[in-house]
Amino acid sequence: MTAVEDRATAEAPEREVGKARRRKEDARLITGRTTWTDNTVLPGMLHLAVVRSPVAHAKISSIDVSAAQEAPGVIAVLTGRDVADEQGSIPCAWPVTPDMVNPGHPSIAVDEVNHVGEAVAVIVARSKAAAQDAVELVDVDYDLLPAVLDMEEAVAEGAQLTHDHLESNRSFHFVFESGDAGTGQHTDEAFRDAEVVVSRRFVQQRLIPAFMEPRSVVVQPQGDNYTMWSSTQVPHILRIMLAMVTGVPEHKLRVVAPDVGGGFGGKLQVTPEEVISLLVARRLGKPVKWTETRSESLMTAHHGRDQIQYIDIAADREGNVKGLRCRILADMGAYLRLVSPGVPVLGAFMFNGIYKFPAYRFECDGIFTNKTPTDAYRGAGRPEATFAIERIMDELAVELGMDPLELRRRNWIRAEEFPFTSVAGMTYDSGDYETATQKALELLGYDELRAEQRRRRESNDPVQLGIGVSTFTEMCGLAPSRVLGSLSYGAGGWEHASIRMLPTGKVEVVSGATPHGQGHETAWSQLVADRLGVPFEDIEVLHGDTSISPRGLDTYGSRSLVVGGAAVVNAAEKVVAKARRVAAHLLEASEDDLDFSGGKFSVRGTPGAEVSIQEIALATFAAHNFPEGVEPSIDADATFDPENFSFPHGTHLCAMEVDTETGMVKIRKYACVDDVGTIVNPLIVEGQIHGGLAQGIAQALFEEAVYDADGNLTTGTFVDYLVPSAADLPHFDTGNTVHEAPGNPIGAKGVGEAGTIASTPAVVNAALDAVRHLGVRDIRMPLTPERVWRAIHGGGDGGDRATAGTNAYGGAQTETTAGVSTPQSALGGDR
Amino acid sequence: MTQINVRVDGVTYTDDVEPRTLLVHYLREQLGKVGTVIGCDTSNCGACTVHLDGAAVKSCTVLAVQADGGEVTTIEGLAPNGGLHPVQKAFHEMHGLQCGYCTPGMIMASVDLLKENPDPSDTEVREGIEGNLCRCTGYQNIVRAVQQAAGEMRGAGSVSPAEVDTAAAPHVVGQA
Amino acid sequence: MIPAAFEYARPTSIDEALQAIADGGDDVKVLAGGQSLIPVMRLRLAAPETVVDLGRVAELRGVRDDGDAIVIGAMTTHHDVMTDPLVQQHAPLIAEATETVADRQVRARGTFGGALVHADPAGDLPAVALALDAEFVIAGLQGRRTVPAADFFVDYLTTAVEEGELLVEVRVPKLAGEWGMRYEKFNRVAQAWSIVAVAAVVRREDGHIAEARIGLTNMGTTPLRATAAEAALAGAEATPEAIAAAARSAAEGTSPSSDLNAQADYREHLAQVLTRRAVTAAAGL
Repeated sequence: MTAVEDRATAEAPEREVGKARRRKEDARLITGRTTWTDNTVLPGMLHLAVVRSPVAHAKISSIDVSAAQEAPGVIAVLTGRDVADEQGSIPCAWPVTPDMVNPGHPSIAVDEVNHVGEAVAVIVARSKAAAQDAVELVDVDYDLLPAVLDMEEAVAEGAQLTHDHLESNRSFHFVFESGDAGTGQHTDEAFRDAEVVVSRRFVQQRLIPAFMEPRSVVVQPQGDNYTMWSSTQVPHILRIMLAMVTGVPEHKLRVVAPDVGGGFGGKLQVTPEEVISLLVARRLGKPVKWTETRSESLMTAHHGRDQIQYIDIAADREGNVKGLRCRILADMGAYLRLVSPGVPVLGAFMFNGIYKFPAYRFECDGIFTNKTPTDAYRGAGRPEATFAIERIMDELAVELGMDPLELRRRNWIRAEEFPFTSVAGMTYDSGDYETATQKALELLGYDELRAEQRRRRESNDPVQLGIGVSTFTEMCGLAPSRVLGSLSYGAGGWEHASIRMLPTGKVEVVSGATPHGQGHETAWSQLVADRLGVPFEDIEVLHGDTSISPRGLDTYGSRSLVVGGAAVVNAAEKVVAKARRVAAHLLEASEDDLDFSGGKFSVRGTPGAEVSIQEIALATFAAHNFPEGVEPSIDADATFDPENFSFPHGTHLCAMEVDTETGMVKIRKYACVDDVGTIVNPLIVEGQIHGGLAQGIAQALFEEAVYDADGNLTTGTFVDYLVPSAADLPHFDTGNTVHEAPGNPIGAKGVGEAGTIASTPAVVNAALDAVRHLGVRDIRMPLTPERVWRAIHGGGDGGDRATAGTNAYGGAQTETTAGVSTPQSALGGDR
Repeated sequence: MTQINVRVDGVTYTDDVEPRTLLVHYLREQLGKVGTVIGCDTSNCGACTVHLDGAAVKSCTVLAVQADGGEVTTIEGLAPNGGLHPVQKAFHEMHGLQCGYCTPGMIMASVDLLKENPDPSDTEVREGIEGNLCRCTGYQNIVRAVQQAAGEMRGAGSVSPAEVDTAAAPHVVGQA
Repeated sequence: MIPAAFEYARPTSIDEALQAIADGGDDVKVLAGGQSLIPVMRLRLAAPETVVDLGRVAELRGVRDDGDAIVIGAMTTHHDVMTDPLVQQHAPLIAEATETVADRQVRARGTFGGALVHADPAGDLPAVALALDAEFVIAGLQGRRTVPAADFFVDYLTTAVEEGELLVEVRVPKLAGEWGMRYEKFNRVAQAWSIVAVAAVVRREDGHIAEARIGLTNMGTTPLRATAAEAALAGAEATPEAIAAAARSAAEGTSPSSDLNAQADYREHLAQVLTRRAVTAAAGL
């Protein structure tokens, strides 16, 4: 007790919010004392390996599992037929239109396969090696069907069908028209009267989230209860969905997300393998584990982006924008997963960016192809939108002969105009685009680089320089439940938190939002330390286990701090309110006469009459001397449902060198100023920006999931799917402005996706600015040296890439070609 | 089965392994050294990096039988007695990790780099860890961390703590 | 992924190794550093019956001076080759190219001989060996033979090392006169294999290029010499213009592939640009 009393009389802690606290979670991560799902070992645990389709589209005519069943160590082999009655369909929670077509998504294919890598059987064995060995013994006969791989062909008259029981390859057609919504003029009218119209077709290539920790699932059956450990972003959503899909009652199911090694939207999913693991554990009554390989992950974990965008912008000759029209083809892949259709629809409210368009129309078709399903990937819909608007603004500037920044400035929302309701009906909360831009220009050294650019142009230097601009905003803090309801999403957007005051004065914060690298344990501790006035070190944050944190909607969409953090703060305020009653009782004072500061209640005007909230926790535990009629608890919980989204913004500038002889591009300098509202921990915020930039730049320069003409993923390993290393990325110069978000008690806007959303167009605009004078007006992403070279020397956007794999590893493709060993590849050898 | 003798983090082990067993699987599954993780199957990501006889190697691209008679150091044995190696400390100080999955490999590769080059430039650090992929950090704070650790290991004293651009940037307005 | 099961042999001498290969059945793989073989086995693109691990054959390691040549043992690791004083003095091109191979962990395990026998056309060392006119000493149960680089690389991933044989060492002739060298590598990310690379070895005499040897990486199923460019450079003035003119023929006689990173015509273009750059640097301009 003395310790508590000593602490209580110590100096009040300084304000935690805004402090660059080193992270609590690091201690285990830097020493290898982590709890990744794959670390889990349970007595009697069996191992799963999935047999996957080597073809993109076929009827399964027969499966012979007898040899696999006889293989050493194999306990069972299950096909889709074996589980057809119990596996249900992988859920899609977002029917974006009432008539959206959902073909259904079996976890294990039953009659047909619709993409390479789709599960066709599962091996259950005593060891991982035995399971893997038996995969090759399963004999599947396929009756091949034509594969649908190209979205523009897929929507043409008489196209082949991805699913032959459907009428077309179209899942949905979603329209937003400002003229109809009452948020602006009718778009056709705006275009009819326009002096200038610029039209472009942009390709948002398919990407792979490529979290570093491969997915892993462990299921332990205990009677009719099941505990699932999964490397997931969404333990709460997973629990609900598994219950709905498999019929295991929700209260018999516990889902744990232990340490999770990155997600980026890629683990915002209910995966076939999670369903399969649960079904096998239920059937065999034994604990099971499935852990994917990297090539399995690249091939079958959901992909992201993949849109073709037809963008028209209308303006007058002075550069005032008049209208924006976006027609989008969005590749769903073979099936609809958890929020596949919602991803492009989230973008629907962002294509207009930070500009005051009088008219706006968005039309999106969700298209089925025989490829891996797409779903959320960092930014989810907003990077696609930001790319389109920031690219087309540059094209318009060129058309008008205006400076691209001047054009933006002429059209963006001015600081004094906030809150501002956009033509898409969103109410932007706060910001100042001009100030962020000025700061970014200073960080970059803009004038100097423009001068160098001129010199290089004049001397016809083989290495040209360009500067690219991206002034962006995004909607964060997913999401107001009523808005989600209006968009037909299957759940709300609130978040939950609770605070437990322990007898020794320590504090447990239970968070519904569950991190996979974002530092919630540290940031939440900072929030609570300020509100309760207890030391940062006295706070423990619990999360990621549905039996510890029973209510939550998890982590995605830059929502954790904005929504989940707000719930934490509100819960803390409730604790203080409850403690106030106890304090008043203990101090024999009126509640109204109490001040609360630095963790202590004191009686105004009576020096020395004070009690700390940590002492009150002990007094509450003992409950010996408690106010009449008050339950002996000062614990509290809170659920926060935001009224509005929050709208981070910023200006990103990229200076790019382009070697016109080879097409090689190199970022010379990257500077950005982001406004993410109140900064709780500047170290974490900066880290999120850095990481976001890396992924956005990687989309512009390196990454692309490429399929060959048969529907095989040719970028099936990290040899070909190019995740950049430290040597491939520049130093980032970052800064902030701060305009608090009015919609939550913290004032934070969200930071997880900002860097990714903003950076991609800045990089592409920079490359184009370097070679625009050579007649180049577009280069398709990623800007491979070959594409850049072709665009400079041959015109066009650089064209398609050849789809054969690299020479590395014998030019062989990975498991996508079903482990077919060519004579060449089998030679092996060594390097 | 082949019998191997390996010294791992200061302890000698004698075990029977299948020749096909990868060193990383031996470490994780037979020795319970789960601090070392697997991130890919093509030797690209470096998450599994450990030291074998004093050099950083990718333990997913070494057979356990190749380590027979050798000495392995993993992230779990990098600093004795629950302490922290200067590189571990610097990763924490400089926020050189987020999800932490690549971190053990990244730290082991960095320690190896600093053995050879005790005072690497920004570019030398970036090239020195080119065999380790991180999806979270964008690498900038990893580079800072390695240089900070280098300073400490050279005895140059502690370099000034994380120069955090965001913290340094004047906050323009606090609008209500 | 886990490799398929195999028999494992770990000889301690060249003779034992040859015997182990002979005894290993139909499908034997020789394991040097394992940095290409093990991934291929993990992906189950290779599933050998027997793996013969050369890791304990001490006589295959190290670099020695042999009068008019330096001799690099096949099992010398990339790291040891890069940092070897003899290599740095007599064949700096090898050190320069080796530094670009993969990453430091791979260079700690991967071996000089392994990379050459693997003969990946995108690998860096074959073109370098070709440009340096290296000689390959191959041992079999019947004895040893020496194969010049020009005859060593036979086809895609195929060398003159026959079944049952082993590459023992590589002799790199010391060069007399005023030589310059340069390896120009072109790839998309640091860790990646070469899209195209050019190894140039140039002897200058009286302001002229007396002799140029140019090895091309990834311009066909094997490493190639840019013979037309070499001929055009022989005796040419050591000027940027003359080098640029000669480099225009660098892709003559090549047959590069088309893949994710580049189509054939772009590779041909790169070969010209990189040849110009490599020769210019090697000529000290």
